[in-house]
Amino acid sequence: MELGQSIDLASLGSQLLVGLSRAMILFIVCAGLSFVLGVLRVPNVAHGSLYMIGAFSAYSVFALFGTSSTGFWLSLILAPFVVALVSLIAERALFCHLYQREHLMLLLFTFALMLIFGDLVKIIWGAEYRSVLAPSILRGSISIFGSSLPRYNLFLLIVGPLVAIGLWFFTSKTKIGKISRAAAVDREMVGVIGINVSWVFAGAFVLGCFLAGFGGALVAPTVSISLGMDHDIIIEAFLIVTIGGLGNIWGALVGSLIFGLTHSFGVLLWPQFAIVFPYAAVVIVLLLRPRGLLKSVW
Amino acid sequence: MLEVEGIHTFYGLSHILFGVSLRVEPGKVVCLLGRNGAGKTTTMKSIMGLTPPKRGNIRFKDEEITGKQPYVLARKGIGYVPDDRRIFADLTVGENLEIAARKARGTEGWDMERIYELFPALKNIESRKGGCLSGGEQKMLAIARALMGNPELLLLDEPTEGLAPTMVHALEDQIRKLRQAGLTVLLAEQNVRSALRLSDHGYIIDNGQIRYQGSVGELEENEEVRRKYLLV
Repeated sequence: MELGQSIDLASLGSQLLVGLSRAMILFIVCAGLSFVLGVLRVPNVAHGSLYMIGAFSAYSVFALFGTSSTGFWLSLILAPFVVALVSLIAERALFCHLYQREHLMLLLFTFALMLIFGDLVKIIWGAEYRSVLAPSILRGSISIFGSSLPRYNLFLLIVGPLVAIGLWFFTSKTKIGKISRAAAVDREMVGVIGINVSWVFAGAFVLGCFLAGFGGALVAPTVSISLGMDHDIIIEAFLIVTIGGLGNIWGALVGSLIFGLTHSFGVLLWPQFAIVFPYAAVVIVLLLRPRGLLKSVW
Repeated sequence: MLEVEGIHTFYGLSHILFGVSLRVEPGKVVCLLGRNGAGKTTTMKSIMGLTPPKRGNIRFKDEEITGKQPYVLARKGIGYVPDDRRIFADLTVGENLEIAARKARGTEGWDMERIYELFPALKNIESRKGGCLSGGEQKMLAIARALMGNPELLLLDEPTEGLAPTMVHALEDQIRKLRQAGLTVLLAEQNVRSALRLSDHGYIIDNGQIRYQGSVGELEENEEVRRKYLLV
């Protein structure tokens, strides 16, 4: 058996980094999806489309500033806001009339929205592949203990925990965060204590979509930005929030780590079938804990 | 302060309230007595806008409020304590109170400090999750949460339900204190003794209709009311 022949400490280290950094992107996107699931009870299939719009918007901002490093930093900041604006319009015009509907209707509605967003992206940006170049400070690799660690992946390893801390602060320390947690459990009672739930929902939805956009902008330098990004991520994202516990953003973190790490170690173990490992992990988790690893609010 | 005129409320197709009318004067405690399923909770929910009536009018401080959303009514000064308490289970006691806080109009308002004076037991469990409280603690927290919104009218649905007798007496004292603080209260109760001790005026509801009304003295003296509804 030749499995594991090429596994040495150096490749283990770099695969760990690759897995963790992929997990960070997944976490940022899935935390947004899970937040929307928890507070609004909407299974937003169009979440992946917002991630794709984030990536394309990042490209546009980057191109607007002559593909400079300033362009990259601005793309990280502005692209999520573009997505937030799109989601605000979608929420006020469409979603806010549909919250009382059953989940199947919402699923169909957001699926339709995904197709519409996909076509809109094709109209605006075309079908060509786009790319964003990371600034020189984030290009290349650093060598630590013989492992060659890409700087951009290390950068993601800093950003991911910052987002997690930010989300923790928002949900447990701010009043609007506490109101969101209350609305996730009993939206009617939140109205009874004098809070206009409609705006809480709008805020929660926009925040969730902002994270999708931020994930898209962060992933932009590491992939070719193209149509179809939406489908790839949304399937993974729904699996992750399901194994983590629906509506639980820490569950999204756990799920993302499982997904990212099993994939990257799968590459070491059995490269041709690496893609199978995260899905096998999902199956195992769901067999053991059908409602997800952490507490689901559903 | 509150006038309910001939409201008809439905749950889906079933007709629950048949022309319920009642009045609550400022500064008074008025009770709504009746058996389980008589329509007390539906009356409360109709006033709060949770099950808006199909017909009839509700006026609060001479303003038409029929069909308004609950959050609008809360902002106008109506506080609601549901019979099933509905504490936000994921939030701590302190957070439950914090998100319900609303500035008082004019008079000195309720804040955490005054709430903890009224319900000292809540202070000790401030950081406990709402889902980990006993029934009595949840009841106190539900009332405290409603007070944090600084209401002028408090709708109290079955505050003594499921409480031990000593807790019932403690709660009665607290409701008296609220009244002394100038709050108007509409109290729905199955516990007739407790309700009559607290109230100035009473309504008796049965099968979705008001059967009798009068001062507490009148209700207690009326032979038929005593026999059929109060059983005291």
